[in-house]
Parts: sequence; structure tokens; C-alpha cells
Amino acid sequence: MSLSSLDDLKQPMTWPEGGVTRIPFRLYSDPEIYALEQERIFKGPVWNFLCLEIDIPNPGDYKTSTVGEIPIIATRDEGGGVHAMVNRCSHKGALVCLKEKGNAKMLTCIYHSWSFDLAGNLKGVAFRNGLQGKGGLPDDFDTSKHGLETLRVETFCGLVFGTFSDETPSVESYLGQPMSKFLRRNLGKPLKPLGMHSQIIHNNWKLYAENVRDSYHATLLHTFYTTFKINRLDMDGGIVLAEDKWHHISFAKRDAFHEAEEYKRDNIHAAQYDSQLDGPQLLNAWNEFDDGITHSIQAIFPNLAIQFTLNSLCVRFFVPRGIDKTELFWFYVGYEDDTEEQTAMRVMQGNLTGAAGLVSLEDGCINEFVQRGTHGSEGGAGLAEMGGRDVESSDASRATETAIRGFWTGYRKIMGFA
Amino acid sequence: MSATKTAIEDLIIAYAHDIDDGQLDGWPGYFCEDGTYTILTRENLAAGLPMGIMYCQGRGMMSDRIKAMKEANIYEAHTYCHLLGRSQITETSNGSYQARTNFSIIRTMQDGASAMFAVGKYLDVIEMQDGQPLFKARRVVLESRRVDILLVYPL
Repeated sequence: MSLSSLDDLKQPMTWPEGGVTRIPFRLYSDPEIYALEQERIFKGPVWNFLCLEIDIPNPGDYKTSTVGEIPIIATRDEGGGVHAMVNRCSHKGALVCLKEKGNAKMLTCIYHSWSFDLAGNLKGVAFRNGLQGKGGLPDDFDTSKHGLETLRVETFCGLVFGTFSDETPSVESYLGQPMSKFLRRNLGKPLKPLGMHSQIIHNNWKLYAENVRDSYHATLLHTFYTTFKINRLDMDGGIVLAEDKWHHISFAKRDAFHEAEEYKRDNIHAAQYDSQLDGPQLLNAWNEFDDGITHSIQAIFPNLAIQFTLNSLCVRFFVPRGIDKTELFWFYVGYEDDTEEQTAMRVMQGNLTGAAGLVSLEDGCINEFVQRGTHGSEGGAGLAEMGGRDVESSDASRATETAIRGFWTGYRKIMGFA
Repeated sequence: MSATKTAIEDLIIAYAHDIDDGQLDGWPGYFCEDGTYTILTRENLAAGLPMGIMYCQGRGMMSDRIKAMKEANIYEAHTYCHLLGRSQITETSNGSYQARTNFSIIRTMQDGASAMFAVGKYLDVIEMQDGQPLFKARRVVLESRRVDILLVYPL
């Protein structure tokens, strides 16, 4: 299936009236739309998250990932430079790197032993000149034209991004000022890996892109905080949208922190002093920043989010694995200069999120319920009018779907709907 | 050793059967008061990374997990069936015991589908208290880093 624009759809599609306040259910289940997204979004003018810099700290390190469904290798060369290539041998198309992570001087395809350097250049072809003067490649075969397909790469705040498009501006302009500033706040110093796992969620990837921007559902679906009477559900907070609306930050300030500061002991306190937890150490936390923000989630178009819940810092990456299947990766990190006690607190608070997250585990199934609920209703549409119909930052309330409308603003533009 | 060994084997099997039967209120009681429970991946264990998928420090946190599961968390109800391998049990120099037991857990969902949910091994440190064995530390090491849908019942 080769699709490049909406005009190529066998069954034409127009967006319902109401713009980004109406979300056609068809977008979650139509294989043609899914194929078009691979072309226009993942191979288009976006920065795709590839890996963390700490995944490939040393020369020769490589890590495999995917951009949309395309297999990718990210590498670090002898000089410390970072590269990214499609993990597809230029000969027969076989995967070149089979392991998820490794270290190598050359990347060699096991099928016919063609080998590539860490920047993807073809360096060796087995039996290139044949054997005993017979066989081999034609004399005019130009190895310089048969390297691995490369992506343009940029690193920003320890994140490695890649793009297939020449039109994508620098990462910093792609994100815009408020987004890059907040990324620097959260990831702006050397990181330390704490652990990773993933979760298969049985829904279209865009349902998670919406979910992660859905500040409206948080205290309705995720009732852990209310059940345990952990106070301050009416925390101050807001939503900041990128100028082009593609990315967002949702943040909250837990006032309890300020009060508890008066009881400060080694700058650490029990944030849950009002709760009914039998194991209150779960929420022991320290103030990481002076801006009062204690909870934040930042989504970066198309499929990345950075979460900072109390002291739990996590890079969430959600990868389409088919029209109704998504793999959600949880990369938990701390800072290189964390004390042992701080690391222990980050590990403890890891209980809040992830596949078994006390606060977040519902997201593992809720998007699937939408996927299943909309079967047979491809002509219908979801609503996103909470907080109004505009697509603007909201400093008054998080009971809004403005960030979801922001995602669809970006989606409509890049897909050619608007 | 032999009577103790039998008691430890009984602990490990009773733990699994209780979870399979949905009898989770008693789950923290299988642990010492300050016992720990960790679900982690083989990959993270090998890399020496501290962070797993679930971590409880003490019976209080375990009770919170069960309470959250019953009263707060929302998910499609399902059941587990544990299949355990024979435990390898060794006594340590400080009088506690170590046990290693392979497991497979089959999960059955509302639509009737039964499928392999988790495979791995229990790495246990067990202490005798008043003649009864209890988990001082139970590490559930999953072969895969990938969880299907979500993980809410303890393994």
C-alpha cells in the first residue's frame, strides 16, 4: 500500500464540522489512514524520539528502535557523534542489528556479511571481487551509493531525535520556546538510567497521544489519590501549549509541599501527611525545583511524553505496532548526581506510574475500551469541547481538553485535513 | 532441614493458590513485617538497575496495593493460574533460607481468553518466625520486559 495524501484513500474522508472538537472514530481503525500516517507523520517533518543519550554512552554503542514501524539503529561513533540509520541492509533488506543494544566497531549484516561503519557507510562486501577471478560485483559498483539509509539526527537534553525530512527545523525551533525551556528544567543535566519496561496497550497509538494530553480524566479515572485521601485535588495548575499547538505541558503545584516545608527535615517530608496510606513512605518526596511545580507531563508530537510526578522522572515513548496495538515504553531516569537516598525515593515513587502504576495503570485498558467501543461506528466522532472550543493555553483550569485539541490541530495539518 | 524445607515449599505453593483463588487480603501476611516485594525484569536485574515494575517495602505498602486494587484501580477483572516448578532451597550462613522457583502465570480475561501472562522465577529470602516461614524478600523476575495491558494483582 503506497499512500502519500488523503486523495489516495479508496474511501474518501472529510473531517466532520466542528474541527478539532470532533474526532472521527475512523482514525482509530482505518488501515489506510494508518499507512498514510507512516508516510506523512513518522517519515514527515517531525522529530522522532530514537533513544536516550545514556542508552549509547560509549563509542561503538548502538540501540535499535522504530520510527513509526520503520526499524532504526542509533549509534555513537569513535568521535562521540550520534548517527541514526534504517536497520535494513542495503543489499537484501535484512535487519542489520538484531540485538536491542550492543557495542560494535562495524555493523555487519549476517545474511551476506556486508558491513557498515557506525555512520552507515558501506565498508565491506564479502567476495566483492569474486573467488579465483570469477563472480563478484561489477567493477562499476559504487559502495558510496549503497550505505544504510540515514536519518538526520539531533540531540537535545539527553534525548536523541531523528527525522527523515529535510524540512524539519532544528529540535529547538520544532519545540518552541516554552517547551524547550521546560525540557531543560527536567532533563537539563546528566541523566542516570534507573530501569525500563514496556506495556502493550491494545489501541491505536493516537488514543494514547490524546490520553497523555487529557488533564480532564486524571482525577476521574485515576482515583488512587482520592481513595487514600491524599489531599489537594484542587491543586493549582494549568496547561501550556506550544505555539503551533502540537506539544503541551500540563503542570500542577501541590500546595501541601509549601506547608510541609515548615516541618522540613533534611529537605525531605512526608507529602501525604493527611492520607490513609499504611505505607506512607510511598510519597516521601523532596522539592526538586523552586517553581512550586510538583507534577508535570509534557507531550512532544508525535509519540513522546516526559513525566515528572513528585520525584519520579520518566520518558514515555509510545510506538505504533499496528492499527490497534501500541507499545508503551517507560524509561525511568534520575540524575547522575543524585544521592543514594534520592535514587531510593525515585524508585519508591516508580510505584505511581508504569504498567503497575497505582495512579496510572488504568491507562493500560481505558484506551482499549475506546478502541473496542468504537468498533462498527467508524462514521461517528468523539467530542472534545471541555474547556471551550479554542486551542489555547489554560492557566485557570486543567478541566479542559485544550491539549487534545492541540494534538488534533497538529494532526490535521500534517495529514492534510486542514 | 527436611521439615523446614517442606514448610517453605508449603509457603510458596499456598501463596500462589491464594492469589489464584482471589484471596488477596492475606497476601501481606506471607511476608515479614518489614519484608520486601519486587517485580522486576531479567534485563534490569542483569544490568543492575534498581527500578522494577512494582516495589513494596513492608506489609503496609502491600496492604495499600490490595486496597488500591479493590477500591481505587479500574481494570477488566481477570484471574491468574500459577504453574510452579520445583523449588531449589538452600540454607544461608545467617540461618535464613534462599529459594528459587520458576513460574508461569496464565491469565484469563472476561472474553474467556486464557493466555500466558508472565513467565519467570521467584528469588526468595525466607526467615523462620515462631516456627513459620515468611518471605523476607521476594523478587519476581520476569523473563520479558513487556507487560500485556496492565499489572494489578500481585504475581
